[in-house]
Amino acid sequence: MAKATITFEDINVTVTVPAGTRVIEVSEKVGSGITYGCREGDCGTCIMKVTSGWNHLTEPSVLEDKVLRENMAGKHNRLACQAQALGGDISVRPV
Amino acid sequence: MKQLELSDRQGHPKAVKLSERVHWIGALDPNLRTFDIILKTANGTTYNAYAIRGSEGIAVVDTVKEGFADDFFARLESIADYDEIKVIVLNHLEPDHTGALPELMRRAPGAQLYISQKAQSMLKALLKHERMSYTPVLTGDRVSLGDRNLEFLHTPYLHWPDTQCTYLPEENILFSGDVFGCHFCDNRLFNDRVGDFRFSFEYYYAHIMRPFKEYVVCALDLIEPLPISVIAPTHGPILHDRPERYIRRYRQLSGPSLESEISPQQKTLLIFYISSYGNTRRMAEAVYSGAMQVPDVRVSLYDLEGGEVEPFVDLIEEADGLIFGTPTINGDAVKPIWDLLSSLTVINIKTKLGGVFGSYGWTGEGVPLVEDRMRGLKMRVPIPGLRVKLIPTDEELDSCREFGFQIAQELMGLRKRKVLDMADLV
Repeated sequence: MAKATITFEDINVTVTVPAGTRVIEVSEKVGSGITYGCREGDCGTCIMKVTSGWNHLTEPSVLEDKVLRENMAGKHNRLACQAQALGGDISVRPV
Repeated sequence: MKQLELSDRQGHPKAVKLSERVHWIGALDPNLRTFDIILKTANGTTYNAYAIRGSEGIAVVDTVKEGFADDFFARLESIADYDEIKVIVLNHLEPDHTGALPELMRRAPGAQLYISQKAQSMLKALLKHERMSYTPVLTGDRVSLGDRNLEFLHTPYLHWPDTQCTYLPEENILFSGDVFGCHFCDNRLFNDRVGDFRFSFEYYYAHIMRPFKEYVVCALDLIEPLPISVIAPTHGPILHDRPERYIRRYRQLSGPSLESEISPQQKTLLIFYISSYGNTRRMAEAVYSGAMQVPDVRVSLYDLEGGEVEPFVDLIEEADGLIFGTPTINGDAVKPIWDLLSSLTVINIKTKLGGVFGSYGWTGEGVPLVEDRMRGLKMRVPIPGLRVKLIPTDEELDSCREFGFQIAQELMGLRKRKVLDMADLV
């Protein structure tokens, strides 16, 4: 199975994950500071900054885009409960 | 000194002149004692709004809290007809400034509304049942009233994401929104006539603007080059006597609260603890000695029982890392820890390094609860919290020293990145 790495910059931890893994599946287990609310792409609590590897994540859906806009998310921000790693190296941190 | 007349002979509120073309059309709220839950005021506040007359129409800058709309409209009507109003500017969308907006838009249907780029989603959320057209603006945008112009300055997070200032270059007046404001109600309105509002000015900054110091600095960079004769904020006195003093004071307040005691290559790590039987204290002393082993980390150890919250908040604002030591009592961290943690909303502690330890008797929930709070405050918590059941053994004290050492290493960027496989995570 294809692999990706997700680096959580706030805690200096890199995790190797199978392609298709959502950031939410890993971040709490390793103790990253990304915090969650609804966990289903609606509340915007888990907005994170993707500092590198943006193109190694799935495209945001129309609904995720809407939530990001409503929460005035900055450039290269994603919802950790929605973004899935496709492959390659990705770095994220809480905003 | 001649009294300002805020009402006509029949007792109807009337506008107050700042200049031939600019009037105050706000409202007084002398009975307010608590604002936004977090702020006290000993003599109320004002909701300041302004009208500017140009050769091609009138602009209204900000409105008032809904319950004070009658005063606002009466003052507006004393100097303008609604069909003259071409422009409405909202520098900030908090309800104490937008309460009269829907009615104003109904009465002045020919007016165009100008708000900041970041205010758009807030406008929709605040006025859910109203459909309004508006023009979003940024720094450099301007709107003409003929022989008067309004220029917009994008000054976000002072103190909401949407906040902006509006400048009238022909008269050097800055309509600053909540910036340079304060909760102080005095019907003499102007800073050289009202009572002593210095405390209110400082208190307002400390509670409203201080968490956003970095944005204050950006805003001052935009404001300071402007010639300014009057600062017209949305609360408190209108600053027309030597307004530059207030700009200078903001610049001072946006700097560090305490003089730096460390050299540029050093970092500061503060350890706060509280202990009932001395177990968490022993852990704290071991964490402290471990952290001291890392060069260039300036470590301090504080027993919360011996200090007040406010000076600690000042220390924390300037610190690079924080470690809390808390016992667990009845399944929770103890109140002095929460008191300090709940006082940190007045400063910016995002991305500061955090860690938690503590002794417990039964289940030890205090440590993870404080870790969660730190993450909620957007601190970094890279080293898992350390818990010891009741009295720490020598081996456990060694773990405390290692905990302190690891946090200090992390603070200096000396810790190696941890590499894991998802399959190994519990």
